[in-house]
Amino acid sequence: MTAGPGSGAVAGDRDLKLSRVTKRFGDFVAVDDLTLTVPEGSFFALLGPSGCGKTTTLRMVAGLEEPTAGRVSIGDQDITGLRPYKRPVNTVFQSYALFPHLAVFENVAFGLRRRGVRGVEERTEQMLELVELREYAGRRPAQLSGGQQQRVALARALINEPRVLLLDEPLGALDLKLRRQMQIELKRIQTEIETTFVHVTHDQEEAMTMADTIAVMNRGVIEQLGAPAELYENPLTTFVANFLGQSNLIMTEVIDPSGHTVVVDCHGQKVAVVASRCHTQQGRGWLGVRPEKISASAAGCEDHADVNVLTGGVVSDVSFVGVSTQYLVRMPWGQELMVFEQNTGTRSPLTNGDQVDLAWSRDHAFLLDAEQDAQAGVVREDGS
Amino acid sequence: MSQRPAPVVDGETARRRGYGWLLLVPGMLWLVVFFLIPTVQLFFTSLYDPSGSYELGYAMTWHFQNYPDAVRDNFDLFVRSFLYAGITTFVCLLLAYPLAYAIAFKSGRWKNFLLVLVIAPFFTSFLLRTLSWSAILSDQGVVTSLLKSVAILPEDGRLLATPVAVIAGLIYNFLPFMTLPLYASLDKVDPRLIEAAGDLYSSPFTGFRKVTVPLSMPGVVSGTLLTFIPACGDYINAELLGTTRQYMIGNRIQAAFLRERDYPVAATLSLLLMLVVVAMVVVYVRRAGTEKLV
Repeated sequence: MTAGPGSGAVAGDRDLKLSRVTKRFGDFVAVDDLTLTVPEGSFFALLGPSGCGKTTTLRMVAGLEEPTAGRVSIGDQDITGLRPYKRPVNTVFQSYALFPHLAVFENVAFGLRRRGVRGVEERTEQMLELVELREYAGRRPAQLSGGQQQRVALARALINEPRVLLLDEPLGALDLKLRRQMQIELKRIQTEIETTFVHVTHDQEEAMTMADTIAVMNRGVIEQLGAPAELYENPLTTFVANFLGQSNLIMTEVIDPSGHTVVVDCHGQKVAVVASRCHTQQGRGWLGVRPEKISASAAGCEDHADVNVLTGGVVSDVSFVGVSTQYLVRMPWGQELMVFEQNTGTRSPLTNGDQVDLAWSRDHAFLLDAEQDAQAGVVREDGS
Repeated sequence: MSQRPAPVVDGETARRRGYGWLLLVPGMLWLVVFFLIPTVQLFFTSLYDPSGSYELGYAMTWHFQNYPDAVRDNFDLFVRSFLYAGITTFVCLLLAYPLAYAIAFKSGRWKNFLLVLVIAPFFTSFLLRTLSWSAILSDQGVVTSLLKSVAILPEDGRLLATPVAVIAGLIYNFLPFMTLPLYASLDKVDPRLIEAAGDLYSSPFTGFRKVTVPLSMPGVVSGTLLTFIPACGDYINAELLGTTRQYMIGNRIQAAFLRERDYPVAATLSLLLMLVVVAMVVVYVRRAGTEKLV
């Protein structure tokens, strides 16, 4: 590999950078003028619904797709024009793409053998040890379970010590329980070897569990980038608010944007929002509150200074889901809001028709531009 | 109450297990009537006393000496048959692999059309097509004069009635038998595996060598068998495009059966050809080791 002369490059500066990358397929713009820096050693997730351009972005880093415009680089090495086999990146494919004609051992050793490095046997043994598949070395991929195949795919990529490991929906084919297990496993391995992981997924829970940083993608652009908690607590767009978890979005009118809290009119009731979470300053805006942040209590309760209260709700639906109870509360203006309450057992549950007030801390709401579709990014129950 | 359902379940299981073999019956019957019985008959015929004749009849004398005699008298024909069939198979593989590869991976929406083209020759008779090759390769034909004009062929050279013509005819006739199985196995190769090989430091050529070729081995094995076996026994190409000096074992068998009516010799040669081909195929399939492939 031809490393640059090192001018200006700090040692260890191996960040993956995409600069103004665009990919078109005919008329369809899959990735639109995307700029992104993935810091070295981070676990980075590209999250978005299918067709948002996340896999295309990954394939451009892998070299399996050529950008229509823009540059891809790792550290100071521009890899935009490099063929896939010349790039210091490896991929864990969605379908695993294990070689069916080779035993597990040879699948894992494949990359090392192609590069003609020394000590292939030993390193392969070690890698199989790491993914706990030593006793399966002689088997063929078809004789392994889904989880084992997944680990072979991971070992086959990791053994090459790539600067960036790309994971394309790596857990998509596994069942829920195994997926949880592998999430922890992947995170453990990543922390251990300190390689940059770029993980593509449509599963917000998976992204939040593993990644240090998440980029939420929609229609070829990044909607928002940040740490999982930051994205969850302070979304910039209705798409992010809905795609990561669930949100109640209520149409409001800004009354007083001055001060460190912004006061909005919510169908005749005043509500305060922390200024740093207001992404619109005047006119109308979507007030967003996460369902688990709201507490519902019998009408006419006390009113604290730091608490927002919406009165006049009527419980219209109660569903018990074990750890929590999920309520739908019909508000005077006709909208139904979601309220999730932990089943701590300290409070008696509400029932249909109860008159309730909804309260939440001022720190736990956000205000979004009213121009956006309140349904953007809503994930349906079937996961599509 | 508790006993009643048991026999029903048993009966059902028995029916499921017991009657599946019925599906084999039509095929087995066909094989017994049209393959097994004739082969046994052929075996007996091959042991008739060679001093008999078609007109006077043959005596069954368990004359095993027919076999060494047949090998001694026809050794050249056997060697030539296997040589021609071997060259044919090899050239067919060289021609068909790129063709099948292109159809499987590069043809896009033309795929079905190209496959029809591969099969299209079967719409006309095998004999007619071979006869037309004798016109194409004839001394006054375009091919011969073209090759002469560029001095590939000497002034007095000819194509028809040479080994080149016979082998060319064989290659032409058996090319689809090589192409179709190759296509079938190449088409099954998942392009994502080739991508994965590229991701793991394989140049396109290395990826082809290490992934595509091994995965297409079942096609290579069945294609070579489907070409080599019938090519060994073929006599039409040698008959129509060659002379007695290009005759193959099939020509000798055909002559012995139909012209000389020397049935013991014909039967002995037929069985010998069959045995040698089966032996070669067994060794070949063992060595190719396709059972390990998915």
